[in-house]
Amino acid sequence: MTGEPARRLSDVAADADIMEIQMGPSHPASHGTIKFNLRLDGETIVDCDVEVGYLHRGFEKMCEQGTWNHVFPYADRLNYASPLINNVGYALAVEKLIGITTPERCTGIRMIMSEISRVTDHLTCLGMAANEIGAISAGFYMLEAREALYDLVEAVTGARVTVTYCRIGRVMADLPADFTERVQRAFADVRRILADCDQLLSRNRIFVDRMAGIGVLSREDALSYGITGPLLRATGLAHDLRRAEPYLHYDRVEFEVPVGSTGDNLDRFRVRFEEALQSLSIVEQALAQLPPGPIGVDDPRIALPDKRDVYGNIEGLMNHFKLVIEGVKVPAGEVYQAVEGANGELGFYLVSDGSGRPYRVRVRPPCFIAMSALGAMLRGHMLADIIPTFGMINMIGGECDR
Amino acid sequence: MSADDLLAACEARFSQAIAARHSAAGDATVVIARESAVAIFRELRDDPALAFNFLVDLTAVDYLGRTPRFEVVYHLYSLPHGHRLRVKIPVDEADPAVPSLTSLWKAANWMEREVWDMFGIRFDGHPDPRRILMYPEFQGHPLRKDYPVAKRQPLVPERDPIAQPWRGGGRA
Repeated sequence: MTGEPARRLSDVAADADIMEIQMGPSHPASHGTIKFNLRLDGETIVDCDVEVGYLHRGFEKMCEQGTWNHVFPYADRLNYASPLINNVGYALAVEKLIGITTPERCTGIRMIMSEISRVTDHLTCLGMAANEIGAISAGFYMLEAREALYDLVEAVTGARVTVTYCRIGRVMADLPADFTERVQRAFADVRRILADCDQLLSRNRIFVDRMAGIGVLSREDALSYGITGPLLRATGLAHDLRRAEPYLHYDRVEFEVPVGSTGDNLDRFRVRFEEALQSLSIVEQALAQLPPGPIGVDDPRIALPDKRDVYGNIEGLMNHFKLVIEGVKVPAGEVYQAVEGANGELGFYLVSDGSGRPYRVRVRPPCFIAMSALGAMLRGHMLADIIPTFGMINMIGGECDR
Repeated sequence: MSADDLLAACEARFSQAIAARHSAAGDATVVIARESAVAIFRELRDDPALAFNFLVDLTAVDYLGRTPRFEVVYHLYSLPHGHRLRVKIPVDEADPAVPSLTSLWKAANWMEREVWDMFGIRFDGHPDPRRILMYPEFQGHPLRKDYPVAKRQPLVPERDPIAQPWRGGGRA
């Protein structure tokens, strides 16, 4: 800086007993790259400006470059704590635009995998949040439970996180033959660990003191900020898209929509905790009623032909070539489809010009919208309250910054 | 309300202001002009029969080569009734601006900043019109169709956090 004399921190502080500090973008106690521009009066937060965008990769721009099926790997990398829900949400949106429904078994499998993903997401959020305020053992227990579920995901999709499991009109592969037994074993572990963590945390004096009454957002504010998911339900409003606009087979399973009462961090923690248990039950019910049958639509304009046909006759080869090079032709139009992501309403707004490539893919990221309310949640609280409040939003950089 | 009932209800209330409507794929959609936008959105939010209390999403689409070039797209949801409505405002390239909805929904604040950042569409009356995902020195608006996907950006000098300590604007 030339010309004017440099300002020093002491000058800033002398302005009016208000200290301005910048927390992040790489702070050891916040999981996620984010910067808080803070104005502090002592340790009390007077104002908090949240800067996001450090993980912006141009998701929406990239989606316009390939075919409709090329979006699935990018969608994995939105909320990478629950990649299967992103996969399913995008697939449902494209299918709504084309006007097809998938076979019963495909829909059932998608619901099972979405719910397993919801549990991994909640375990990530709860475990990391507990870890960051000092409950390190609970954090690692939850990661152990998450690992048991990642093993299930890997058995089905071949990958733990970057699953790319859905395709337009189908899923990549059927469930393995021994999937039900694997689920029973894994869920027994997860339930045991969740029960342990419940004992470790729910009535733990330190944990409760750090969470209760902190980061409160009233129901009116939550609605005005467009907040959905566990944060909205923690204010006592039982709004869940799986119940309000049942998609997949959510109208065929029994589950509860847990709600809080005060909308503070402890309520958010309990809502997520309870939801994880509900999701385990949904998976078991869905597995019990999963019908046999094909796992994809039988339509040569959408589904890749059988490998015997690709190598065996010219029609199959041409069909394969056209679908891979030009992509699935999605009729011109626009569509919005929302699913209940682990963090709230995950919506896809798609515009097609009738060619094989998306004209516009817009994702409505639930945690970006929740982050816009973080400043309001923190005002008047202490500096240290940033960590649990931020943890309960469960900002996932891939989804927030896209 | 079903999509067609919703469109009929909108038609009855703001017939002059609605330029086009459709319910393709079951999504009720109306196209309005920016001049009457704030009044229409307020009515959509406050009329108890419609009660769109939720601004779900706000984005834009660049139809390069078409006139008007841009469309700002709003998705509304009504928690009491469980219905959805898409509202679109065409925006001309020469004057890319629409009125801000921050006075109606706090959710509009960041979403409008993102549309400004990505498309260069101004939101008149926005309290804090900064970029949000990109840095302040970024040149251009990357989701415009004429922004090359491989375009490089110049290096920017490092910001001195003490000389420029607080670039925060209005409150959220």
